[in-house]
Amino acid sequence: MAKAFQKPKALFDVPTHYCPGCTHGVIHRLVAETIDELGVRGRTVGIAPVGCAVLAYNYIDCDFQEAAHGRAPAMATGVKRVRPDLMVFTYQGDGDLASIGMGEIIHAANRGEKFTTIFVNNAVYGMTGGQMAPTTMPDQRTTTCPAGRQTNDVGMPIRVAELLSALVTPAYITRQTVIKPKFIKRTKKAIKQAFTYQMEKRCFSLVEVVSTCPTNWGMTPIQSIKWAEEALLPYYPLGDLKTPETDEK
Amino acid sequence: MQSEVMFAGFGGQGILLIGKILAYAAMEEGFEVAWIPSYGPEMRGGTAYCTVVISDRPIGSPIIKNPLHLVAMNRPSLEKFSNIVRPDGVVLINTSLIPIGSGRNDVSELKVPAVEIATELGNVKAANIVALAAFVARTGLVSTETLKKCVKQEFAKKPKVIDLNMKALEEGIRAAS
Amino acid sequence: MAKVLMKGNEAIAEAAIRAGCLNYFAYPITPQSEVAEYLCWRMPEVNGVFLQGESEVAVAYMIFGAAAAGARVFTTSSSPGISLMSEGISYLAGAQCPAVFVNIMRGGPGLGGILPSQADYLQATKGIGHGDCRMLVMAPATVQEAAEMVMKAFPLAEKYRNPVMILGDGLIGQMMEPVEFPDDLKSEPTNKDEWATNGMDHRKSKTRNLVRSLFLDPVVLNNNNLVLKEKYEKMKDEILFESYNTEKDYRILIVSYGTMSRVCRTAVDMLADEGIHVGLIRPQTLFPFPEEAICKAVTSSGCKLVLSIEMSMGQMLEDVQRSVLGACPVEWYGKCGGEVPTPEEIIDLIKARMASL
Repeated sequence: MAKAFQKPKALFDVPTHYCPGCTHGVIHRLVAETIDELGVRGRTVGIAPVGCAVLAYNYIDCDFQEAAHGRAPAMATGVKRVRPDLMVFTYQGDGDLASIGMGEIIHAANRGEKFTTIFVNNAVYGMTGGQMAPTTMPDQRTTTCPAGRQTNDVGMPIRVAELLSALVTPAYITRQTVIKPKFIKRTKKAIKQAFTYQMEKRCFSLVEVVSTCPTNWGMTPIQSIKWAEEALLPYYPLGDLKTPETDEK
Repeated sequence: MQSEVMFAGFGGQGILLIGKILAYAAMEEGFEVAWIPSYGPEMRGGTAYCTVVISDRPIGSPIIKNPLHLVAMNRPSLEKFSNIVRPDGVVLINTSLIPIGSGRNDVSELKVPAVEIATELGNVKAANIVALAAFVARTGLVSTETLKKCVKQEFAKKPKVIDLNMKALEEGIRAAS
Repeated sequence: MAKVLMKGNEAIAEAAIRAGCLNYFAYPITPQSEVAEYLCWRMPEVNGVFLQGESEVAVAYMIFGAAAAGARVFTTSSSPGISLMSEGISYLAGAQCPAVFVNIMRGGPGLGGILPSQADYLQATKGIGHGDCRMLVMAPATVQEAAEMVMKAFPLAEKYRNPVMILGDGLIGQMMEPVEFPDDLKSEPTNKDEWATNGMDHRKSKTRNLVRSLFLDPVVLNNNNLVLKEKYEKMKDEILFESYNTEKDYRILIVSYGTMSRVCRTAVDMLADEGIHVGLIRPQTLFPFPEEAICKAVTSSGCKLVLSIEMSMGQMLEDVQRSVLGACPVEWYGKCGGEVPTPEEIIDLIKARMASL
């Protein structure tokens, strides 16, 4: 009998260090499935961020580099420029990509570097213990804004996908989420699409994945899904913001 | 035996270029050479100068406090540098733009109306080559034949201006005699 | 190839290509921007990679990414830019990736100036990045030597799997001198399949490689640092220096490197013409430092005083002091605002110190 469900080859069969209810595991799996389905594991290089996913290489089985905080797009640029035949993806969180690494992601996207970025946005710093992120919502409480994010003091959260979509260089920029199964399927499709654009050497691609962090949000996994749906998704709407096809029109 | 030549003028007069051509010519003749530019903000529109060191042994300090010779292409350059030239050096004065002398009686002044000569040849831009040729003809630091070869080489990618510069060279040599 | 007259910056650029390095990432900064201006047209001629990054920070990680993917790669910058790259250099050292960094120094601190200086001696030799991180540092005194050191730097970086720095000053970058690129310094990039993330398909082993500097287990991290320490010790095999006039009987020994050493050499020659002999040792590698050579030059002569002459405020002094092992006093002389001391100044200094010995 054929197996109806199995672990992707590009995923190690090990328990992760992620907290209960964290969606990194799901997103890792989607990346691994994509690598399997495209048959590119032997020429894929992942770039791990600084953040909760710093140990992504313990779970995804392909060549991996470990970047400094925010610098994954610069490293991916270095790899891709000297080895255009390799498939390269960065896997970054909101503090990594949208705060310390904003310069690197904008310039890599604007140069049209032919790599893929998986941008996991859960509106908080995870690994350092729940500090305010550039994507933290107004009035959302974190350890560095215990009274909630004061937008008159630190501004509104940054919509990374929209910001990058404003660049004129053709790119694939999309926002998805993994908080429900139907969304997971769409996220998988988007990740595969992003890798495909890269394979075709067409453009830079970024998949923003709205995600949860029950631990640092101080919620149960169920509560966090509800909060993500009610608080995050209205501000971070899902869908493709930019595709090379629309750019070509 | 070591000679140092300071070339000085306005930015845009081709000062660094004639220094480089002289350095090339001296290298071709087997000398040790170094070309030291001024660089930085002073490159932008103000005074440009460079020093060329020509020696028969490895060049030590590239920092020359008192050069043996000076090629002054504008008045501020002459005023600024005429006093640092060593006795018995040559001071070339581009009389087209400099109405004064060096004020020195221990140097050999070479007065060349480089701009007028170049204008008569059809292009004021060749004034630098006129001055270089005159200076080389007077000092004999390199042979005029080597200089010709190096000027040709320098403009190899711009064949249109080779003729002009070869004429400038001839006129410069004549002006020094 | 025949000698050509080139600016130091251009010679450094061409030397990298001649050494088989076809990948360059950089950000413009005076006084070394000619390297990028040269390579932006020269790299495409040899099917190489040229990219102007958005900052020195990004460039350091482009270098890291490319090096980690197994490519021979280099960058050039100047003092403030190197400060921005220093984080990345530490990552490269921690992850044991080879790359070449050229620092054409300008005066500091802060924005400082753009004229020749040797103000980054301590940064290069002792504090290039956080953590237990060192790198081989070579300091050229001529354009020819700059070219040769660049060519030698790539195989050395690969031999030690560590960044290597060429530390020049603005004059080395801006000055034109005759240069030739010795064929015997060409080298083939080493095989990096054992560790590089160059794609599993590319390698016989078909197992994946990780390039990382994070070792959360204290024992593992300590062991990694011991491996690095051993490499830094082993780098002593690469020590290079030049002795000048040390066969004579001298009472003063000068230690000086780079452009400053050329000025000192002229001063030594001029003093010799007057019958005054001064020894000169010119370190060509600054890390590791030629301690033994300096020690020997002091103890095997009638040397009464050592002068560390630098275009920095005594940054090399401590290295010279520890080299002489207390055998005689060591004093500093230098300038660090962009002025290069003249031979005359050095001569006056020597004569004044001579009188009091």
